[in-house]
Amino acid sequence: MDRLFHALADATRRDILRRSVDGELSVSRLAADYPMSFAAVQKHVAVLEQVGLVTKVRRGRELLVRSEPEALRRAREALDQLEEAWRGRIQRMSALLDED
Amino acid sequence: MELTVDKDLENATLTVTATFAHPLEKVWELYADPRKMERWWGPPTHPATVVRHELTPGGTVHYFMTSPEGEQFHGIWRVLSVEPHVGFTADDFFADAEGTPVEGMPTTHMDYRFEATDGGARMVCVSRYDTTEELQKTLEMGMEEGLAGAMGQMEAVLAEG
Repeated sequence: MDRLFHALADATRRDILRRSVDGELSVSRLAADYPMSFAAVQKHVAVLEQVGLVTKVRRGRELLVRSEPEALRRAREALDQLEEAWRGRIQRMSALLDED
Repeated sequence: MELTVDKDLENATLTVTATFAHPLEKVWELYADPRKMERWWGPPTHPATVVRHELTPGGTVHYFMTSPEGEQFHGIWRVLSVEPHVGFTADDFFADAEGTPVEGMPTTHMDYRFEATDGGARMVCVSRYDTTEELQKTLEMGMEEGLAGAMGQMEAVLAEG
């Protein structure tokens, strides 16, 4: 969860995310529009990729960046939320057992 | 206490495995005793109250969680199978105050297993949804029921653009 939050807490990354909805742009095409190096943009894409917000899809010789479909992202979030809920439950169970 | 959580997006399934340094009977009681169950089921901000508790095949467990504003969120388990100290299966539904399942809301298929280990007990809780769409719907409900901590924050960040 913290990683997802971190990934979204950067304006360039949020911009990359928006521009990758159609999945038509490669990292170099994305990079052309930012006042930073290709490597820096590549790093931003990697951060988004790590948390599952974008995937890279090969088309011919190009590697295109595509943001994950909203539905899938929300399903992933739902699982994260359930995990969080269960971690809390197990902690409370453990405390209750210790008390007994 | 040891805890592992496995998230399977494709199969819309969450598997929680916890090992406690306590006897199997005590771990089973966390579910079998409604007074104990209400002390862990809901988050501290939304404590659970168990109003009906039939942990028997065909039985119903009806609970509600209360928000800080006093709003109640009801849920029921339809218990499918029970083998004391071994496991149980149940379907968990969002319900109204009478304990009637609300149409169109996601169902959680729960399969809980218990076993003794050296010096304690292991519990494996599998929560499964029929589809990833069903799974997604739990997101909104979770927000209301205080299950989500940082999720609201993330939505705020996205909204800022």
